[in-house]
Amino acid sequence: MTAPARETAFDPGAAAARATDAILRDTLHGPHRGVVVDSPPGAGKSTLVVRAALELAAAGRPLMVIAQTNAQVDDLVVRLAEKNPELPVGRLHSSDADPYDKALDDLPNVRKSAKAADLAGLDVVLSTAAKWAHVKTDEPWRHAIVDEAYQMRSDALLAVAGLFERALFVGDPGQLDPFSIVGSEQWAGLSYDPSASAVTTLLAHNPELPQHRLPVSWRLPASAAPLVSDAFYPYTPFRSGTAAGDRRLTFAVASDGSAPDRVIDEAAASGWGLLELPARYTPRTDPEAVRALAAVVRRLLERGGAATSERSPDPAPLTADRIAVGTAHRDQAAAVRAALADLGITDVTVDTANRLQGREFDVTVVLHPLSGRPDATAFHLETGRLCVLTSRHRHACIVICRAGVSELLDDHPSTEPVQLGVTVKFPDGWEASHAVLARLREHRVGWRP
Amino acid sequence: MSLIATLARLEAVRAGQAQPAATVRHRHLSERPLVFVPLTTAGEAGAPLGALVGTDRHAPRLLAVPQPRDRDLRFAFLAELADVVLPYIDSHASAVEAAERTETDPESGKRVKVEVELCADAPQLIVPSRAGIDFVRLLGRSMRFRRTAEQDPQAPHPAPPRVPLLGRWLTHFGERARVPGSSLLLALTDVLARHWTTGQSSLEDQHLGALLAWIDPPEGASGAQAALRAELARGADGQLECPPAGPATDPAFDNKLLAPAIERYDRARTALAAAEDGLQADARLGALTAAEREIRALVERCALPTWEKVWDGLDLLRALPEGAHVEERWTRDRWSFTGHRDRVLAGEPPQPRRDDAVTAANKLAAREREQARLEAQEALDDPLVMAGRRLAGEAFAGEVTDVVMAYGEGRRPSPRPLVTVRTDDLPHLGERARVYRSLDGRPQSAEFVAHEEGDGAEGTLIVLRILDKMGRGKEPAAGSVPDKGDRVCFTLFEHEQRGGAKLPEPEQTPWTHGGPPDEESAPEAPDPVTEEDVL
Repeated sequence: MTAPARETAFDPGAAAARATDAILRDTLHGPHRGVVVDSPPGAGKSTLVVRAALELAAAGRPLMVIAQTNAQVDDLVVRLAEKNPELPVGRLHSSDADPYDKALDDLPNVRKSAKAADLAGLDVVLSTAAKWAHVKTDEPWRHAIVDEAYQMRSDALLAVAGLFERALFVGDPGQLDPFSIVGSEQWAGLSYDPSASAVTTLLAHNPELPQHRLPVSWRLPASAAPLVSDAFYPYTPFRSGTAAGDRRLTFAVASDGSAPDRVIDEAAASGWGLLELPARYTPRTDPEAVRALAAVVRRLLERGGAATSERSPDPAPLTADRIAVGTAHRDQAAAVRAALADLGITDVTVDTANRLQGREFDVTVVLHPLSGRPDATAFHLETGRLCVLTSRHRHACIVICRAGVSELLDDHPSTEPVQLGVTVKFPDGWEASHAVLARLREHRVGWRP
Repeated sequence: MSLIATLARLEAVRAGQAQPAATVRHRHLSERPLVFVPLTTAGEAGAPLGALVGTDRHAPRLLAVPQPRDRDLRFAFLAELADVVLPYIDSHASAVEAAERTETDPESGKRVKVEVELCADAPQLIVPSRAGIDFVRLLGRSMRFRRTAEQDPQAPHPAPPRVPLLGRWLTHFGERARVPGSSLLLALTDVLARHWTTGQSSLEDQHLGALLAWIDPPEGASGAQAALRAELARGADGQLECPPAGPATDPAFDNKLLAPAIERYDRARTALAAAEDGLQADARLGALTAAEREIRALVERCALPTWEKVWDGLDLLRALPEGAHVEERWTRDRWSFTGHRDRVLAGEPPQPRRDDAVTAANKLAAREREQARLEAQEALDDPLVMAGRRLAGEAFAGEVTDVVMAYGEGRRPSPRPLVTVRTDDLPHLGERARVYRSLDGRPQSAEFVAHEEGDGAEGTLIVLRILDKMGRGKEPAAGSVPDKGDRVCFTLFEHEQRGGAKLPEPEQTPWTHGGPPDEESAPEAPDPVTEEDVL
């Protein structure tokens, strides 16, 4: 990966290459059983995983890859096959209907099976943690790569850790923590709390493991990286791989002066936009906010946007598949989908923060998790949720929010009970929410629909 | 809080009375539960002040600790509690029925069926509130590592013989209470709040008096008024008319009544110890007994209203018919009880202080499974609960408007009929989403195909492809496909939970989780005696 040479002291391409080399050195030749890599949003985590997999396979080490969802596994299989079509790859899948992406059927060197025995001897075998947990083996794999390790629960790692001797753990510590649907306070503070993240448990028991971090976000534009880095990764800052002028978002149709158009222009110019609706307590599926989201998406499409970036000299059209809408709750996503369908828009991705993790778009339109709420619960304050929502974009992010969220935050300081032995997570959601809001307010457009 | 719960709260406020949140009872209630109303002393964790306990509403057993800081008196209380609780538990341990369990044969490694005993019924403990469950856990923790004089003749403060055993049982009850849907140990406020929605916050619902006031307000008063009275009304002596359900007591009670009484008791005891001759001692013993009786009367005064309310609450719950799946969940409670009975009989050591990594992960997985199962079963058992899921877009009900026979692709075409359902619900159906309906108690799955344009009538049309439970033949088995005009209800959630993957044995805990637990730490040593223990 080489970035264009630039006359700045910081060369993102070189910094990223240095980090990657160190990671691969530790993974291939290091004395430790595990290596942990923290990767901020869009820092080339998947690229790293693919490269590490290829090098481990080239070194003749049988490799298993553990990802968290089937979509992630399929994505890695496709990327591996792109990089090295000759590599014998196994895709272990469940016995449900349609267990894997049909695109894998076109890859000649990818063998698919629901039984691990059928895939024995292949250089790389990939599957989800849930499927690996059912695999029994007498001889463990020499090496494993655990992808999205911060989203993996400690108990899921417990179920598969017997399958490998050494492992590379890759993930984004700033995204949503894994959760459980029942209380787990009983084990809070134990090093192996089954509801904690796999990395937390791993490092609690193996503090000597080398920890690396990828220093450059290739996704986030220069306008977004400093805010996301400061608000969500205050002790492990990262930089944008591009400079201020490298990306541009332009529209063929001029603004009609409406609030959605003004916030779009603001976001195109500065990378951020806040469309603020009047303060009001609303149900979760706030009809006005939902309509505002739909209106902004419609105008984004109608105005013929074009995105210029370092990827290509020519502007790429801003099409529906390059736009995403992010919400906190599933019913909100469903309401937005319905509102967009009423406008005849169907191929814009609308999903919750949990499901947008790991994905990338040119422009995102986000419903603020605290918009219209009378309270700020731990769920809505979770740092990872806001982090995911504000770090999916390559060009601009537009946040729709009711006024009064700062006051709400001030009325609801964090009140989670302090558990002995649990490392306090920094920054807390309260702090991060304030930091993001303060920045967004500089790009505020008010709207009274 | 779900939308339907919010609506029910609003309705309860308007009606001045709690609204039903369920049409059937979703928890098992034993014919003869053991009600336990504990009280604790302010300022010291786990220092019981007294309790009312028993299986007969009209004959509670009153236990009191006249000086809660006195360890000997505390042990006497616990021994007395063991005398009530353990015979009750034992009475369920002996009646067994034969059952089968699948176990892994240690020699062949195969799964085989084994004949085992299953207790025909299990004991059930009822405490007034959630804090009561924590107190049961705390008592269990404080007792199970104690050593009796028989176990350890050198122990400086040996526990009475059956106290450690009671600790193990209370620990088991407390741990089981964490499993969603279990009924071995129930907090009455939680069970009542599951079945009725009041017009107050869920925090306020934890006050048993206020909760019952909403559910069953006295003649002529609204639930809100009655609840306010239950929370705040005080008599001429400044004491609450409805004492809190405990285990914590009201500060006014502690300061005005309890503290002076305990002081009188202490003085009487000191005086007795200082008695110089038999005659004087007799007189002073009388004073001590009187002081003790006074404290017992105070404890009873404080706990009796709660005791009555617990039974009132049980009566309210008994009036509801039992949900269809409750029996099945209670059977799992019986397995849990039988399992612990067997561990005690086999002479296994008490439950460890902390779970090891594998046990913790297994427990969490089991509880998540039970939670999902409970949510599905409650909805299937109860149209009102299902209505909440429908309102949340997680299920839909409607009428079958069309059935078109179709066949799957493959060498042997199997039936895959297309069923169109007209519904007023708005389910969140994704592309090819799986939906399930209950067919004679077993889940039949279908796949969402498309929304169809309506014919002008109300509601939306949803086309589904039925996928299974139609038999092996070319034609679907009779009754396995809905007919035109049938009312059907499909859920987006699964009805049955798959078992999770098997975790390694604790001895094979991997390096990521700290390796196998130390052999030396098992069995665990008793708690060391601290200064606190010999105050």
